[in-house]
Amino acid sequence: MSTDYSVEAPVVVGRLSLAEIEELIAKPMDTKPDKKFFLALTISGTALLIGAVCLLLTFYYGVGLWGNNQPVAWAFPIVNFVFWVGIGHAGTLISAILFLLRQKWRTGIARFAEAMTIFAVMCAGIFPIIHTGRPWLAGYLTPYPNQHGLWVNFTSPLVWDVFAVSVYFTVSLVFWYTGLIPDFATLRDRTTSKIKKIIYSIFSLGWRHSSRHWLHYEKAYVILAGFATPLVLSVHTIVSFDFAVSIMPGWHTTIFPPYFVAGAIFSGFAMVVTVLVFVRKIFDLQNIITVDHLEKMNKVILATGMMVGYAYGMEFFIAWYSGVQFEQFVFINRAFGPYAWAYWIMVSCNVIFPQFFWFKKIRRSIPAMMVIVILVNVGMWFERFVIVVTSLHRDFLPSSWGMYAPTLYDAGILLGSFGLFFTLVILFTKALPVVSIAEIKAVADGAQPTHHRGEHHG
Amino acid sequence: MADKKIFGVTALFNNPDAITAAAKKAADAGFTRWDVNSPYPIHGIDKAMKMKPSTLGFVTLIFGLSGAVLALILMWWTMSVDYPMIIGGKPYFSLPAFIPVTFEVTVIMATVSTVVAMLAFFFGLPRNDHALHDTDYMKKVSCDHYGLVIEAIDPKFDERSTLEFLKDLKPLSTEVIYHPEKESYPIFEPRFILFLAGVAVVVSLGTYLMLNKLMYIQPFNWMENQAKIIPQTGSEFFADGRGMRLPVEGSVAKGFVPYPFEGETNPREVLSNPYFPTKENLELGQRKYLTYCSPCHGNFGDGDSRLQGQFPNPPTLHSDRGRNFSDGMIYHIITVGQNVMPSYASQVTREERWAIVNYIRVLQRAKNATDADIKLVKAE
Repeated sequence: MSTDYSVEAPVVVGRLSLAEIEELIAKPMDTKPDKKFFLALTISGTALLIGAVCLLLTFYYGVGLWGNNQPVAWAFPIVNFVFWVGIGHAGTLISAILFLLRQKWRTGIARFAEAMTIFAVMCAGIFPIIHTGRPWLAGYLTPYPNQHGLWVNFTSPLVWDVFAVSVYFTVSLVFWYTGLIPDFATLRDRTTSKIKKIIYSIFSLGWRHSSRHWLHYEKAYVILAGFATPLVLSVHTIVSFDFAVSIMPGWHTTIFPPYFVAGAIFSGFAMVVTVLVFVRKIFDLQNIITVDHLEKMNKVILATGMMVGYAYGMEFFIAWYSGVQFEQFVFINRAFGPYAWAYWIMVSCNVIFPQFFWFKKIRRSIPAMMVIVILVNVGMWFERFVIVVTSLHRDFLPSSWGMYAPTLYDAGILLGSFGLFFTLVILFTKALPVVSIAEIKAVADGAQPTHHRGEHHG
Repeated sequence: MADKKIFGVTALFNNPDAITAAAKKAADAGFTRWDVNSPYPIHGIDKAMKMKPSTLGFVTLIFGLSGAVLALILMWWTMSVDYPMIIGGKPYFSLPAFIPVTFEVTVIMATVSTVVAMLAFFFGLPRNDHALHDTDYMKKVSCDHYGLVIEAIDPKFDERSTLEFLKDLKPLSTEVIYHPEKESYPIFEPRFILFLAGVAVVVSLGTYLMLNKLMYIQPFNWMENQAKIIPQTGSEFFADGRGMRLPVEGSVAKGFVPYPFEGETNPREVLSNPYFPTKENLELGQRKYLTYCSPCHGNFGDGDSRLQGQFPNPPTLHSDRGRNFSDGMIYHIITVGQNVMPSYASQVTREERWAIVNYIRVLQRAKNATDADIKLVKAE
């Protein structure tokens, strides 16, 4: 396919009418789920249950079931936390930043990516709480006047984390729901089922598609996008502060905030592509989530992957250039020490394999991109593993060096978090419109006034 | 039909150019209570309808700024006023470390207030009983049509002429919309009320079981239950059934010195004071007096504590009787008690008791100071 870059590719291919677009998006909600749906739900539900059982056993017997120990006390829970928060970032990037940049192609994927943000942050939120070992005491993390007369330490990155992640979750949810209101109204007016109508009426809040409302609504959307943009950058920045503010060699670096944010977008886009490839196939949304969109996302993956690669190189350079012996040791230990395998998985998955996206054929080939994005997901998980484990296991004092190995319970809880994520994604695809109906109608061909009549040149 | 209250008249269009032109004409015709409904925002419709720009941004600004200020005040107050603590050698008010939380609170306040203000105050939502709901008009504009509605409350509204005006715009169709007849509220149906009552019963029972039964099932005992004897419990192991063991007969506490006049109210003879009223001794006496004696006898021994007026009044220490007591007698009273005053032997050590005696002597002399005493104080 030859491309003329002077013309913007249509967001919706095949010149569907507005009613056809609506029909297509609302179909999963109007029809009974088929066997494939239940099969997928069974698989993800099983993974979720395995995680739940491991978690229950952990609550019963204590965190001693995990591999965490001195000197690697952070281990899997923190690796998983950073991984999932990172996954979430793609959603906000697509829905907010690309909205502000007027990238119309985001419309087809924004709703889905936002939903993934919310689910990923839910998965992420579990880990720091269970990592405390006493999750029922998590309420002490909020600053409230209590009988002990104590307050949280507002100068601690761990408290910033609590604020950042909870605010991020709330704002993402509000953003998502605001976008859903007109769609609920559309669903309310098209459904024939009485119960569904009541449910949609409640959630649509009685939206009337009024132009006087649209005026404020569009303004609110810009405001929300404007706040979500610095917010998403702040969240992974603050997550990186958990590491960077400490004095651990390998953690105490100023490159962490931008490096973490780039990595988050990188892994998030990879996850979005992974899931969208299935969704567009299963729900016949090839016209709305087009190969062009996937190709653009692959370009973002290529770009952020190179930023991450640059960060890996720069970390090494600074370790040498700083002349700090401990810093140098940590990096040489990362690449050639006992966890070298993890380091090289990370480098090959995050830096080397995405280079295939330089080729247009591979960017536009579904099977090829599937392989690469899954490798990116794996690589980004290992990046966090490398950061957490290799820095901790050999620090300043050789007498306290040790090795870390996860247990089956660690693996089970990680599997469970994937189960939770995919269960929520699968239920979402069946319960809510996976593409914003109102937004996609607005960017369809012929949906906006032609510019010849002079209505808005004044 | 005549008794139905008219809400307004509507016209449907099927392309964005037509609705924009129609909106322009309606605005020019001077209508004020009218609206355009479309499944998505149409570019330029705000200009065609002559709408003012949205003022929603002010809500965001005000709430965002108050979020920032509130967060800073909270952190300043908790970290440098209510519970000041030096952390990492930073100042109590360490602004750089407060930036992340300030930022997050600003964002949450700004965004949530914007959305709530927009939905609740700008739009008056939720509102599911609007006349436009459940009309064919609404179903069409929800999908792929564009509608123009002129409400009956518009001052220029007249059913016939307004309808004519709309027909002149060459719409696909026009429709007169009436207010729905009396709303029926399914929530007042007996079945629903019965259902609510059932829910109430189930919830109360559930709450009761939860709070009074389930909460007391201990899921984790955290080593609270151990196979050991704790104080004040019985034990079948020992013949006397006590869990706690009595000391061996004849045991004496460490440092114990028997008091020879134990239990006597008016001892024939008393001990003599072995301590001189040195500065250290008097300071100890003052401390102990203020702790143990002042609650009843008052800070200066006047018996003017807050027990005053409650039977029996604590006596003043400056009565003739009190002043004439020997040191040993005061020591005796502290040790064995007098009238309602209990023994203080277990709280106050022997040395402290003598120190208190010396301090009482100071109080007594100060309260009855002679000219010579005052001269002495002034000289110092």
